[in-house]
Amino acid sequence: MALVVMVLALTSIRGTNIAYADEGDLETALRLLATKNFNDTITAIDHIVSSGAPHAIEIIDALGDRRLFVSETDKSILYRDVAGTFRDARTSEVVANPPAELAAIRINNRVRSAVAAARGALSLFDLDSQRRSEAARAVFAARDPALLSAVESALEREKEPDVAEILKLARAAIIVAKSDAPDNERIEAIEILRAYRGRDALAILGSLPSDTSEPIRHAAAAALSSIENRLALWRALENTWYGVSLGSVLLLAAIGLAITFGVMGVINMAHGEMVMLGAYTTYVVQEIIRTSAPGLFDYSLAFAIPLAFLVAGSVGIGIERGVIRLLYGRPLETLLATWGISLILQQAVRTIFGPTNREVGTPSFMTGTFQVGELAITWNRLYIVVFATIIFICLLLLLRFTTFGLQIRAVTQNRRMAGSMGIPTNQIDALTFGLGSGVAGLAGVALSQIDNVSPNLGQSYIIDSFLVVVFGGVGNLWGTLVGALSLGVANKFLEPYAGAVLGKILLLVLIILFIQKRPRGLFALKGRAVEA
Amino acid sequence: MREHLFGGLLKGAVSLAALAFAASLPSHAEDTIKVGVLHSLSGTMAISETTLKDVMLMLIEEQNKKGGLLGKKLEAVVVDPASNWPLFAEKARELITQHKVSAVFGCWTSVSRKSVLPVFKELNSILFYPVQYEGEESERNVFYTGAAPNQQAIPAVDYLMSEEGGKVERWVLAGTDYVYPRTTNKILEAYLLSKGVKKEDIMINYTPFGHSDWQSIVAEIKKFGSAGKKTAVVSTINGDANVPFYKELANQGIKATDIPVVAFSVGEEELAGIDTKDLVGHLAAWNYFQSVDSPANREFIEKWKAFTKDPKRVTNDPMEAHYIGFNMWVRAVEKVGTTDPDKVIDALPGIEVPNLSGGMAKMLPNHHITKPVMIGEIREDGQFDIVWQTDDLVPGDAWSDYLEGSKDLEADWVEKKCGNYNKKTGQCGGV
Repeated sequence: MALVVMVLALTSIRGTNIAYADEGDLETALRLLATKNFNDTITAIDHIVSSGAPHAIEIIDALGDRRLFVSETDKSILYRDVAGTFRDARTSEVVANPPAELAAIRINNRVRSAVAAARGALSLFDLDSQRRSEAARAVFAARDPALLSAVESALEREKEPDVAEILKLARAAIIVAKSDAPDNERIEAIEILRAYRGRDALAILGSLPSDTSEPIRHAAAAALSSIENRLALWRALENTWYGVSLGSVLLLAAIGLAITFGVMGVINMAHGEMVMLGAYTTYVVQEIIRTSAPGLFDYSLAFAIPLAFLVAGSVGIGIERGVIRLLYGRPLETLLATWGISLILQQAVRTIFGPTNREVGTPSFMTGTFQVGELAITWNRLYIVVFATIIFICLLLLLRFTTFGLQIRAVTQNRRMAGSMGIPTNQIDALTFGLGSGVAGLAGVALSQIDNVSPNLGQSYIIDSFLVVVFGGVGNLWGTLVGALSLGVANKFLEPYAGAVLGKILLLVLIILFIQKRPRGLFALKGRAVEA
Repeated sequence: MREHLFGGLLKGAVSLAALAFAASLPSHAEDTIKVGVLHSLSGTMAISETTLKDVMLMLIEEQNKKGGLLGKKLEAVVVDPASNWPLFAEKARELITQHKVSAVFGCWTSVSRKSVLPVFKELNSILFYPVQYEGEESERNVFYTGAAPNQQAIPAVDYLMSEEGGKVERWVLAGTDYVYPRTTNKILEAYLLSKGVKKEDIMINYTPFGHSDWQSIVAEIKKFGSAGKKTAVVSTINGDANVPFYKELANQGIKATDIPVVAFSVGEEELAGIDTKDLVGHLAAWNYFQSVDSPANREFIEKWKAFTKDPKRVTNDPMEAHYIGFNMWVRAVEKVGTTDPDKVIDALPGIEVPNLSGGMAKMLPNHHITKPVMIGEIREDGQFDIVWQTDDLVPGDAWSDYLEGSKDLEADWVEKKCGNYNKKTGQCGGV
């Protein structure tokens, strides 16, 4: 690559129309692009970069976004700019009547990497510091030795300390792997990478060329182990976070059950389907928003949350009034009947929505990650943890401080006496069951963000939910919280060592042993309620 | 009260079942040729198998429009084995003995195929199995129209090892914990080791069915991939677990240019449930993609959309397998002029029919077929860009050449009349 030339040319002429460094390069590139062969495309990218053409970055961007086309008739290359007008790739002039037969130039992962590196090389001198910083990152990722001089001259001119920092890293990454660089410079580069301490530094230090001398090898190994030690600490933190996040999902799925099973004593096998109904409600809400008011998409979950609660809650009340009411005190029949209901609900949803997964979108504020040190926390998981916490607190307050909560507790502790005090026990049963189901519906909204929205959604959570409730102690919301979190964290600490399958088995064995020792779970209810 | 309740439940279940059947059973006419369709329409596998039932109904309707077969109309008999493996065997028996079907098209999971095998052997009928599978099997009564490992897994790994695929040196073999991923990964591991990949550069990971919390495994993959060598994930993760897996990949920012994932069970249908924006560039290996540019494929897609009355319905690889299998069966029946299983089984090897990518699929003596192998990259619209394709069709190999005990075996139902002939000992039945 004639990069030095290119860099000099770019720094002086960017945005002007002075004849650029090498017009022949651009010609070659366009000819290569027309062959539609991946290898040729990659060579063409090099030529475009070294041509120094003022619109080189536009061609590269267009290639990466599939806006670069070959005309089938005369093999000329065109690109569609961001505004949507076609331009000739040779002159960047607007083409008023683009040929009809245009084929987009295909790209694969190798081309994509080359595009990213070229973008980096071309925008190291961009006026926008955001673009420069992205470019420096791209160069750091690509570590192309040909870019060393470009990085160095960019570093000299750079005023923004943040961007300069990344440029220094990029320079270090290139020099470390450069066999002909002086030893002291390479060791200095290793120190820079060591101070950076990120995971990507591991890859750079771990893949030194084979002719590296002993002292450098030594320094690299020392830096590697120091970074690894630090990462190991972060890993423990990471596992805890993953555990908390899994625990919050379990808590969401189980907390409705903690009310219907824990408080009311109903073995509700259709609980998972309430979760599924909540997820499908989210889907329907999003579909309606997509077709009628796409601008509101980011708020779709805000609409879905109350609706999911109402849908699942009213189905729950329906089930209680229609079936479970008749079966109180007959656990086995309740189990079978609710299992039947769960099958009916699944098949009904399958008939209405079809058997395939439905796509539930994630609002933009819930996508992506943010970094805390070396810990990448994904926004959607964080929101789910927060959501689970809010629901838990609300339920706790509801049961503790409202009349409805008081009545629920009264009915579950002593039904007949509650009845004698004038509490409509039948009504309370229905509402309690509706509450439990509604909360399951809320869980469905959250799960739609991380899992499949399919008729089988509920099935995968029902067993785990029962596990959490039984482990935590029947009839106690705090037990459910502790149970969910400890199962989540234990699972995530076992998984890296035992694998997902064995981890799950180990956990089940542990729970069985635990239940042998404490049949009533972690937080056993005491007193008369136990006998009821 | 209780009777009342259960009566109601039962009625509900019966009417639902009836609903599923009524749609697919045409009126009972005398003198038809019956074709069995054995795909789950309820339960976990309904997500994948329902489409295959639909495509069979379409193919049969098409054939009837062309005048049927041997002057008779074809009639589809659809049963629902409900993702329940033992029920597959019962339903297969029902199809063959009660409905007297001439051939059965069905099954998806290997365990369902294994469960119906004894029935097909005992009652001597024909099964067309349309899904890519782990190989290590060749039965007289079964025709495998999906890919064997050498038609999917091995070429995909070859592609990734090549210059064009990114010269991958470090491998994560991630799969769901059951027979297909286990066997495929065993073959792949042996193959990679034979290609000089070091043992510490291979990481094997299994997860349970429907695994939904991928955080730590994806973090593990990220860590494994930061050792300075180009890393790729070969995924045999099945069905529902894929959506949360890909969502987690996107969330943790693993791009296809960093660590590409090549999947053997993710096609157009599975992608329909995911937002593919962040997955662009991840790969899948199949023998057919909807984006294949050929006249036959364009016609097929058009017919499919018209038949399902849904312009968004996608096509996928197992559908093409049924298309090929059904046409092969029709051709064989026409050739021998009868639907007698013994004669059709003998007639099938050597039959050639066009596939949807412009080539000719040929039934081989080992009851597998020839297929092109394609690698596709996920596009933003949920379709695949075909970035690589074998020049020739690859013949399916029932017994892998990379596994001890299996490499000496060969299946040949024409000359040797044997599904596991041992070339070393010269005997049949050499496992």
